[in-house]
Amino acid sequence: MHEGMLLPELDEESAPFFEYAAAGELRVQRCAACGTRRVPPRPMCHTCGSFEVEWERLSGRGSIWSFAVPHPPLLPAYAAVAPYNVVVVESEEDPAIRFVGNLVGSADGPLDEIDPSTIRIGEPVEVVFSSPVDDGGGPVVLPRWVRAS
Amino acid sequence: MRDRTAVVGIGTTEFAKELPSTERRLALEAIAAALDDAGIRPDEVDGMSCYSMESTEEIDIARNLGFGDVTYFGKVPYGGGAGCGVVGQAAMAVAAGQCSVAVAWRSRKRGARSSRPWAGVAQRVGGDQQRWTRPFGLLRPVDEIAVLTRRYMHTYGGTRDHLANVALAARRHANANPAATMGHKVLTRQEYLAARWISEPLCLFDNCLETDGACAVVITTTERARDLPQPPALIHSWAQSLPAQHQTMTNFFCDDPLRGPAWACAEKLWSLSEVGPADVDVAQLYDAFSPLVILSLEGYGFCERGEGGPFTDDGGIELGGRLPVNTSGGGMSEAYLHGFNLIVEAVRQVRGTSTNQVADAGFSLVTSGEGVPTGAILFRRDD
Ligand SMILES: [Zn+2]
Repeated sequence: MHEGMLLPELDEESAPFFEYAAAGELRVQRCAACGTRRVPPRPMCHTCGSFEVEWERLSGRGSIWSFAVPHPPLLPAYAAVAPYNVVVVESEEDPAIRFVGNLVGSADGPLDEIDPSTIRIGEPVEVVFSSPVDDGGGPVVLPRWVRAS
Repeated sequence: MRDRTAVVGIGTTEFAKELPSTERRLALEAIAAALDDAGIRPDEVDGMSCYSMESTEEIDIARNLGFGDVTYFGKVPYGGGAGCGVVGQAAMAVAAGQCSVAVAWRSRKRGARSSRPWAGVAQRVGGDQQRWTRPFGLLRPVDEIAVLTRRYMHTYGGTRDHLANVALAARRHANANPAATMGHKVLTRQEYLAARWISEPLCLFDNCLETDGACAVVITTTERARDLPQPPALIHSWAQSLPAQHQTMTNFFCDDPLRGPAWACAEKLWSLSEVGPADVDVAQLYDAFSPLVILSLEGYGFCERGEGGPFTDDGGIELGGRLPVNTSGGGMSEAYLHGFNLIVEAVRQVRGTSTNQVADAGFSLVTSGEGVPTGAILFRRDD
């Protein structure tokens, strides 16, 4: 984590995800009426039309579905650590529930901590949570991913 | 509305990495050229269609060119996904009688902030496409497509050589097109493989150009088209798609992210056509990034899933190959104008005036962006 990184703007639907992250929990929005999971979180269930939601705690384990390794030109804060990885992690509970994040060596490690040439699709990972980052707009905790122990 | 409307005029400005003109002036030049080509007076225009990302304004275009009373105007969203819908909706308005002569256009300058929404993001990013991706450094469209490309390669055994085939075909076609901005530059496979990364597994030459310029087309009824100077490019069929549960660009949150909007668009397109993929003589497939061409070959039914890569082997998408693709050089080697120059080239092919003319081209397909809500048009020569 470093100065100048973009942080998510929180709204009614997304804020709970980051509040749970701050408590060290990876949770996914689920329809309270029919149980359909939704990523990213949004107001309404496309299966049954309910607006009622609950937040299901996931194990935090999954595997790398794919990844990119961006090189400049990039926003300055990202160019400074490029090339770095961006992974898409498939949760072990539901292959359609995926999260975009970074494979790091430790919860607060820099984006370029892992040599991208060592990353493989399918490798098992588990979630960790960053220290709170604050750009002046309030602290945000981001989920990050480490190789499964 | 099959075969009831036609593109009767095409116009383009010069294409270059940087032009001094404003987007407004470029749009006016392109539309004026298209009307001149069509042999239609500006005061006969009563329909207007453009991209929602277009920065020129209908009122401004209409009063500068001297249009009559405009009775249809509309916009289509999703950037590179919009182009075929922009033309298709104008044609639909003509077919429905809401207007009789419509113009559709795209004017774009690479430096314009409105053309590069991802370059101006604030520190806090919102919206479902950005909030869950940008903080982690998935910043640009190329990064989003890089994720899909790596998964595609892993699933189907696609290779960088397949991606190179797309870039090299575009460049070879551009080398015969004097209007192409990369027309004078030869590209070799060695240069492709040695190029710098932009977002692994995509390198510099997997990306489209950045271009200043504008394109426009004129649409009217087939009945009138037959009295106009140019051979009409009949709009045999067209379609749009915003598939169920789709999320634009970062469609990672579904069962099958590699099955993009092209599939639903193709299903609609072929259902409205008298012909199928095997009858298409030439195709302009949206190419902001080389893998989109491979995904589109599969989505529109030119080959099976996973076979898009091998389809490009041995000159498969070059002039003389299985299906000549992006015969002007496309977004990768002619100009990148959100895919609108692909529409102009698709029209040229049924007119018989491409600089890489496919012999006896009767059906000419053009598609808009894959990975975003999209569209496609099948043009037919008026035999
Ligand atoms: Zn429900």
